[in-house]
Amino acid sequence: MKYLLLKHYRGGPEPVEGWTTMDRWTPDEVDAHIQFMRDFAAQLEENGELVSADAVSPDGTFVRHAGEGRPPVTDGPFAESKDLIAGWMIIDVDSWERALERAAQLSAAPGAGGQPICEWIEVRPFMSEPPSHDELAAL
Amino acid sequence: MLCGVPLRDLVPSSIGALVRRGADFASAEDAVQDALVIALRTWPDDPPRDPQAWLITAAWHRFIDAARSTTARRAREVADVRSRAVGVAAEAQRDVAASDDTLDLYFLCAHPSLSPSAAVALTLRAVGGLTTRQIAAAFLVPEATMGQRISRAKRRISEVHLGERGEVATVCRVLYLVFTAGYDGDVDLAAEAIRLTRRLAGLSDDPEVHGLLALMLLHHARRGSRTDPQGRLIPLGEQDRTSWDTRLIQEGIEILVVALARDDLGEYQAQAAIAALHVDAPDAASTDWVQIVEWYDELLRITDSPVVRLNRAVAVGEADGAAAGLAALALVPPHVPRRIAVEAHLRERAGERAAAADLYTLAAAAAANTAERNHLMRSVAPSAWTHLRIELDGTTAEVFVGDATEPDLTVSDLKLGADASGGVGLWVDQGSVATFANLTVTQG
Repeated sequence: MKYLLLKHYRGGPEPVEGWTTMDRWTPDEVDAHIQFMRDFAAQLEENGELVSADAVSPDGTFVRHAGEGRPPVTDGPFAESKDLIAGWMIIDVDSWERALERAAQLSAAPGAGGQPICEWIEVRPFMSEPPSHDELAAL
Repeated sequence: MLCGVPLRDLVPSSIGALVRRGADFASAEDAVQDALVIALRTWPDDPPRDPQAWLITAAWHRFIDAARSTTARRAREVADVRSRAVGVAAEAQRDVAASDDTLDLYFLCAHPSLSPSAAVALTLRAVGGLTTRQIAAAFLVPEATMGQRISRAKRRISEVHLGERGEVATVCRVLYLVFTAGYDGDVDLAAEAIRLTRRLAGLSDDPEVHGLLALMLLHHARRGSRTDPQGRLIPLGEQDRTSWDTRLIQEGIEILVVALARDDLGEYQAQAAIAALHVDAPDAASTDWVQIVEWYDELLRITDSPVVRLNRAVAVGEADGAAAGLAALALVPPHVPRRIAVEAHLRERAGERAAAADLYTLAAAAAANTAERNHLMRSVAPSAWTHLRIELDGTTAEVFVGDATEPDLTVSDLKLGADASGGVGLWVDQGSVATFANLTVTQG
């Protein structure tokens, strides 16, 4: 089953005590964090669990259709108070429990002082299970 | 298919040949996979005279190369000795050994120590003769990931000997997983599952294997009628039965009848019997639900699975009415997938429309794929119209539902004020489905 693991710059539940944003870390700490992410993806691949991993820039905006013939309307850059996604991993694992296990491991990526940042990772199941074949198809 | 030979069919026997020459299963399987990829690339322009011999020879060379490069000197010496001795007799004995090898491979790849996804992947490669790339595409994972999944699977069963045959039920379970995996990429997994099960049925007379084949054929015959061209789910009661493949149905029934006559009932034969009762009905209303319930009782005796119990509740609802169905549902533990959808359906049948609508909404939120979710959302729409009357007076609005004489909702501070003019907008919240009709505006 496929799951989306979302890293957020901000948003989600209250961060743990002492949590700091990446702009407050030293260059070495940033490198260590990125290396952890690379190693984690490699480990997922080695385990036959990796589908994809990507980071996205904090630059961006919201866009919507503004009516026939009108240019799209944007609402950005992203407001400081809003949820902001940093990137994601898509994994293919045997159970929900395994997805949680992997998310918790990802959450332990190092940050300031080389300590695990314990960030909140959002886990969302993909809506792609095969359809049923049985009586439930009767409904 | 190359040169009139189904190339994939040659894979299991090639693996078997290498193992008999002394290669371990994991290395043999890798070597044959490598040779397969080359064959797919070179055979169209340069077809071999004897495809099976070509594949075995090419795989053997790759095995030797790999053995050399890992400085597995002992393996090489053993292999060299064996190949000299076995070479001449090999071709003659090949046909005899091939079927046994293939049957052994089915069991090895379905070994209970493997997770379902690992067993499926390994079976598709070693028994199915698919390439890693094809399997990866079918399951929408990167090729490297699938390759690793298969390597890990082989490491996990490295202590198991080819020839150790376990329960037929484990093999059937893996093949049924392949069948129900859905359809993606170039490989039709349902068709692949049927091909593999047919082959197994040719090698084994176990009635469960034949029951499984019958079940797959009876489901596959109806595949086209399950969704509309836009991908929307069509419930069994509304499926176009004229589109069902009568040839596959005929074959499935014949196989099932022979299996049942062996008087050794198992879960797949029972499931096939239920499928047979569905296809036997000329229309949904003629379905023999009473007999279907009896088969579910048999199935419960065999498996005691909560999912089976849930399906039985649906059948009881059809055979004995919604109240009986709900009573049967009460015996199904919570958290069984699709349980809420079944309750919604039964409550709707029992006339509890409001409860059903709420349950359909919950079921949609719990749906595991978008087609089911959309189908459940469409079911939320009540089968009767709800009459709404809104009386406006200045900045106050009173909403009356149905034939209520007292307002069900009063809004006393309309935001646009008493003098607003313009159009009327009607909408429902995201995730809801609604139809509006007969809007009339009257001045009081």
